[in-house]
Amino acid sequence: MRLRFTKLGKVRFTSHRDVARMWERGLRRAGLPVALTEGFRPRPKLSFGLALSTGHESLAEYLDVELAGPLDAVGLADLPTRLSPELPVGIDVVAAAEVVPGQASLQEEVDSCRWRIEALGADVERARTLVDAALAADELVICRQRKGREVTDDLRPAVLSLAVVGPVPGGCELEAELAVHPRSVRPAELLGALSPTLSEGRVLRVAQLIGHDRGRKEPLAAAVDPGAWRAGPGSPSCTIERDPPDEPASTSLAGAERLLERLPPHYEPADHGPAARRDHRPEPVTAGGLRRGR
Amino acid sequence: MSTLWPRLEPLLARVQKPARYIGCEDGAQVPQHAPHKVAWLLAYPDTYEIGLPNQGLQILYEILNERPDAVAERTYAPWVDLEALLRAHGLPLFSVDTHRGAADFDIVAFNLSAELVYTNVLNCIDLAGVPVRSADRRPEHPLIGAGGHCTYNPEPLADFVDFFVLGDGEEVVAEITERVGDWKRGGRSPGSRERLLRTLASVEGVYVPSMYDVAYDGDRLVAVTPRFPEVPERVEKRTIADLGDWPYPKRQLVPLTEVVHDRLNVEVFRGCTRGCRFCQAGMITRPVRERPRDQVRRMVGEGLRRTGYDEVALTSLSTADFSGIESVVADTVADPANCGQVSVSLPSLRVDAFTVGIAAELQRARRTGLTFAPEAGTWRLRRVINKLIAEDDLYGAVESAYSQGWRRMKLYFMTGLPTETDEDTLGIAELARRCTEIGRRHTRGASVTVSVGGFVPKPFTPFQWFGQNTAAELQRKMWLLRDSLRRDRSVAFKWHDPKATLVEGLASRGDRRMGAVIETVWRAGGTFQEWSEHFDLGLWTDALAAHGLSAEDIVYRHRHQDEVLPWDHLSAGLHKDFLWQDWRDALDEVGLPDCRWTPCYDCGACTGYSIEHVVASATPPAGGSQGTGQDLTAAAAPGAGVPVRLLAR
Repeated sequence: MRLRFTKLGKVRFTSHRDVARMWERGLRRAGLPVALTEGFRPRPKLSFGLALSTGHESLAEYLDVELAGPLDAVGLADLPTRLSPELPVGIDVVAAAEVVPGQASLQEEVDSCRWRIEALGADVERARTLVDAALAADELVICRQRKGREVTDDLRPAVLSLAVVGPVPGGCELEAELAVHPRSVRPAELLGALSPTLSEGRVLRVAQLIGHDRGRKEPLAAAVDPGAWRAGPGSPSCTIERDPPDEPASTSLAGAERLLERLPPHYEPADHGPAARRDHRPEPVTAGGLRRGR
Repeated sequence: MSTLWPRLEPLLARVQKPARYIGCEDGAQVPQHAPHKVAWLLAYPDTYEIGLPNQGLQILYEILNERPDAVAERTYAPWVDLEALLRAHGLPLFSVDTHRGAADFDIVAFNLSAELVYTNVLNCIDLAGVPVRSADRRPEHPLIGAGGHCTYNPEPLADFVDFFVLGDGEEVVAEITERVGDWKRGGRSPGSRERLLRTLASVEGVYVPSMYDVAYDGDRLVAVTPRFPEVPERVEKRTIADLGDWPYPKRQLVPLTEVVHDRLNVEVFRGCTRGCRFCQAGMITRPVRERPRDQVRRMVGEGLRRTGYDEVALTSLSTADFSGIESVVADTVADPANCGQVSVSLPSLRVDAFTVGIAAELQRARRTGLTFAPEAGTWRLRRVINKLIAEDDLYGAVESAYSQGWRRMKLYFMTGLPTETDEDTLGIAELARRCTEIGRRHTRGASVTVSVGGFVPKPFTPFQWFGQNTAAELQRKMWLLRDSLRRDRSVAFKWHDPKATLVEGLASRGDRRMGAVIETVWRAGGTFQEWSEHFDLGLWTDALAAHGLSAEDIVYRHRHQDEVLPWDHLSAGLHKDFLWQDWRDALDEVGLPDCRWTPCYDCGACTGYSIEHVVASATPPAGGSQGTGQDLTAAAAPGAGVPVRLLAR
């Protein structure tokens, strides 16, 4: 079966591997009969879609779970409300569906991702100029390090759409659709290609998309509202404290009744004004792993 | 209500492993602070991934939050990248639960599990916005406390920590909370801080260093004496009588990110009377107090269901000695609720075939490595340290392990032990080679990893008088071993840095004058000294010289029987003459049996506090003699005078 879930708020600071561990434990806690790998260390058969960088948030993370028993026994419709309380605050299951055997993996299927990106260091007007110039350009060349060597890449073919959404403190918010083949373009690379003066603020993956143009769709649709990312009650990124343990974990999104509604193929983001937010300018994390002395 | 989260959040995007700082673990609490509640900040002075699993901290976290008059949150030492950002933005050390500044708490209490973190303690106090020296603190500052095994020699930190707790913390935190609550309600008036500390000094198990005068004669410590009549001359440790009364942690924290010991941990007993002479933990945690078997089963079952872990560790200082360990392990592995997918790990295993039998049983689902700790390379030296593993037991265990499918094992040793000769040191290599020979009879790829650490004598052990080997001597022994094992490709050799061992020695047995050295090293930037990439011996030797102290005097020389030791005004229950006799016995290569199953030899830990061993069985487990040749059946007979309280089955 396939699950779609969010990663919002404090939990965004965990890594892709951390999320995998949360799922292993969450599925065991929920008592779902997950199939296991063979061998000395049997692992649950889980496969995640595209990795999300540590620190980025998402309304569209995916997980395929291979079950040990028939799907009917699981009760697909109840799964989101059953699984979310077993997962950390900010990770909420918003849709579940059966996967046809032999279907391509998530990694292979997805062609592009839609992002909301805070571009710090440019107001709306300047950002519009940069965006227009980028869209009009034939190529967007960036330099990056690959296996210790400097390589150049043209990002332009991977930028499927790009628009300014509105102002945020310290900059403005962009919406971009970026291709994931032949390699995933990162939001920070897009900002670097627009202008070296831009820096990345909060980043939200709004959707992962399969196919191109009008025929494309999400692996699993869910009614998600990118506006709820930061503003409004119940938005985990605004939540400082956890829900009291005796109350069921609230869904971060618009409510369970909307979860399985389908979105139109071309989702037009609502225009939203500046939300009360903090100014922050992330820098690249310092390199170097940690070793224990002994 | 003042959370720093909005100001911290942007910084976390710029540091390594930001998940260390977000809290949100399953089991984390959101305590409601209130003026009538005493707010504790429980601090582990190392990184989150080392500190989070600490069971002592988690136990107190729950016990305090259950009280109507207390709240408790947690903090861990921020890594150097976040520390720099905090200082640059004028932000303090914060709790991970509600991201509150450390100075908003009434007590910041450190867990001291290792000596090399002492400079981190000072760094955390400073980051909290509190003067690092106790003498400079004012009524508005939180109290700085500390507990954990290192507090049995608290003197190196005596200038920085307001109060230390010796022994089990479960009960004493309540008494401290009540007194601090009175102080808080009284408005923390000028001068009240010293009155509070004086009150705390009379709580059993609490040591307040500022209530004691220290006298020196030249370079020699001659006395540590109380300044007031109601302050005890000797501070006794606290001991809970029955572990069954304290089924904590009830909601073990499940971290969101990777930590060490990332599994369910259930403490099956506290204390150990094997009597290994180098082992401070075994000496200071006596007597043995077993958790009732049914409680263990319940804590394992409920814990696995609640956490979603697929591994449980049954923890203690020697888990194979738990009465009925086989049935607990078998039940856990066979429990249908666990779907056959739960593995059980038993840290600190005895070395014998019985142990391997259990290991095989519990690793049916998943086979990990097998680790033994013979500690010394020859039977003679193992008699000196009272780690009485006979060669037959050892090689029997190795044979049994390889024949049951293990291909690799780890062997832990120490070097620099009392009376050690090069023959003993090289005995480690010989032993490792024989293990691989046995292994090759069963599997072609048999290999052994030998891990060797330098021995650091610890307070309240029979070796507290022993002069530690110099760093150069330890290095020579490590190289001797390395050269001896060089041609043997099936033995991997790892060693602990002798330079770090020296600093551990300084902190383990130094007196109050070490405080200035620790402060100097910290001011020179020497934090995270237990991390090899940050450890810097030069900082320590410079600081020692600057304060007129020497490693020779603190670490390397043998101490005299009549000398005042820096921890003589504290007590772990053990009679000093018992320890001295055990030291003499060590030099005579005389072993001492385990008093759980043999008559009492009056070390003082039970008799002094009118408590007893709490064990479910007066019969030792098979192989329990560990090669001592004790006649265990006779000793276990009724009327033998064994101070054992049997648990109701």
